[in-house]
Amino acid sequence: MASDPHSQTSTSAAGISAAGAVEAVQAPPTLLAAFWASFCENRGAVMGLALLSLIVFVAVFAEWVSPYSPVEQFRDFTKLPPVWVEGGNWHYLLGTDALGRDTLTRLIFGARVSLFIGLTVMVVSVIIGVALGLAAAALGGLVDVMIMRVMDLILSVPGLVLAILIVAVLGPSLTNTIVAVTAVFLPRYVRLVRASALSELGRDYVTSARVAGAGPLRLMVLTVLPNCLAPLIVQAALGVSEAILEAAALGFLGLGAQPPVAEWGAMLADSREFIRSNPWIVTLPGLAILVTVISINLFGDGLRDALDPKLKRS
Amino acid sequence: MLRFLLKRLALTIPTFVALMFVTFVAIRMVPGDPVEVRTGERGISPERLAQFRHEMGLDQPVWKQFVDYAWGLLHGDFGTSVVTNERVLTEFLQLFPATLELAFFGMVFAILIGIPAGVIAALKRGSIFDQTLMGLSLTGFSMPIFWWGLLLIMLVSERLGWTPVSGRIDLIKFYFEPVTGFMLIDSLLSDQAGAFKSALHHLMLPMIVLGTVPLATLARMTRSSMLEVLSEDYVRTAYAKGLSPFRVIGLHALRNALIPVVTIIGLQVGSLMAGAVLTETIFSWPGVGKWLIESIGRRDYPALQGGILLISSIVIVVNLTVDMLYGFINPRIRHGQ
Repeated sequence: MASDPHSQTSTSAAGISAAGAVEAVQAPPTLLAAFWASFCENRGAVMGLALLSLIVFVAVFAEWVSPYSPVEQFRDFTKLPPVWVEGGNWHYLLGTDALGRDTLTRLIFGARVSLFIGLTVMVVSVIIGVALGLAAAALGGLVDVMIMRVMDLILSVPGLVLAILIVAVLGPSLTNTIVAVTAVFLPRYVRLVRASALSELGRDYVTSARVAGAGPLRLMVLTVLPNCLAPLIVQAALGVSEAILEAAALGFLGLGAQPPVAEWGAMLADSREFIRSNPWIVTLPGLAILVTVISINLFGDGLRDALDPKLKRS
Repeated sequence: MLRFLLKRLALTIPTFVALMFVTFVAIRMVPGDPVEVRTGERGISPERLAQFRHEMGLDQPVWKQFVDYAWGLLHGDFGTSVVTNERVLTEFLQLFPATLELAFFGMVFAILIGIPAGVIAALKRGSIFDQTLMGLSLTGFSMPIFWWGLLLIMLVSERLGWTPVSGRIDLIKFYFEPVTGFMLIDSLLSDQAGAFKSALHHLMLPMIVLGTVPLATLARMTRSSMLEVLSEDYVRTAYAKGLSPFRVIGLHALRNALIPVVTIIGLQVGSLMAGAVLTETIFSWPGVGKWLIESIGRRDYPALQGGILLISSIVIVVNLTVDMLYGFINPRIRHGQ
């Protein structure tokens, strides 16, 4: 909404004095306000953000929000359907699994696991990706070739297959899932940062910073990097959803977080044998994955449209 | 052009050598003794153990093992499965047609629906159809396909009883020796009534599941590429010349819009192979993906190592081919290099 009052106010001193001097002239919106206004134009993105906030809230406050403990077994109430289906029980809103654990509770704790994996993978791969990408762009020569060859190597193995290999070597666990998925997603950040850094390095403002005596580290981190951020942020946001999908796939194959951790992929795998008798146990964890991934993707698309007009989807 | 090809080819070789090295090292870091898998958990005499180690080359220094391994690879020896005692390459080649068939039809499904849908969405930009398609495409793109597969089994196989749950063909009713390895062709060749229909029925769900993500990607790509092309000057010129919309869109716009789409199709090979691992696991489809997962469970590391190397080699070769084809299709790349 362009008429959003926030987008019209400016906190810069120049803006205030200008607005004071000539009332008719509106101060330019701050970066953040402009971004927010542009972001809000995209209804889907706002919806995604709202959903995502809800999921994050539930995940962070899982202990308080969820009715039970994720590992507590109610042996008298196994494989209950959700409450709106015949045979449902008001004490277990979304039913229970084969061991009598409350599905709603496990889904809530599953959100925590999935978001934790997604965010950790994103943060670690962005940090390493920025370091390697900037190093490749700044140093060039042998370092550049070496880094990019290794990234090509990673890219040549299909993502999930590489993750499977890594988990097979390190053993299945939550931590190793994160390691494996990070390795899979690293090349895209390295390539992105390197490419945008290289294109920025040729610009005049970089040359002038260099002439002014900026050292290589300062040049890369303080001068070049901020100008590569927009595509990086977009990629990172979308990367979270892909990491969640990838981790859930590993969990489904039995190579992710191990029981009794409530992980959505593993919950699905456990429920496979009840596909005929108790379809609800199968349906809900997958739905949770889908909704989370869609809301992150919607949010990411909105970020892209707002941050990076060049990438704007037509 | 030739220089471009040679350069691309030269870059592939170090990648391949590094891949060999990485799989070799990785598999040696795996916990668990391969000799123990082969001999069973019960202890055997130290002499037999030494003999096994010698047979498997495990008494050699590691660098020698790698050189032997690389030498073997160059001669098509991808090792021997410690479980079935069969050559990994032989096993892989037996199973690969099943994966290829699945991946091929998954891609055909995605192309046949995705490209026309994307074109129509671009032409009717902003319409209900466009919005619905973009919503569906987002959903497809975000789909955990292992859940999608289970959901389809629940609805189509269990509830409606339309398709079988697993396998490539009804093995109780039909048996024939594989000729090509592609079930659809073999079932036709077998001359058994109903065999082809059974094979087709078995293929439907896995094909849809594997094709869903590429379908969503293709529809999105085609739409945006088409929108871009439609605003180009030459399209306006074509309209101005009085050509029929059909001709303008089919001949002028579509041909150019499809150039990036073709590349996307080629680059999907890697994700198709990854998707095949999940799809095959869900539908008990006897291909290399399911085999790979099972070899982890059986601690059959030579099979895992060989399988990953072979799958990656296929992806590398296909991506290389796509790059080259792209050079041929797109003159800007051909002359730019």
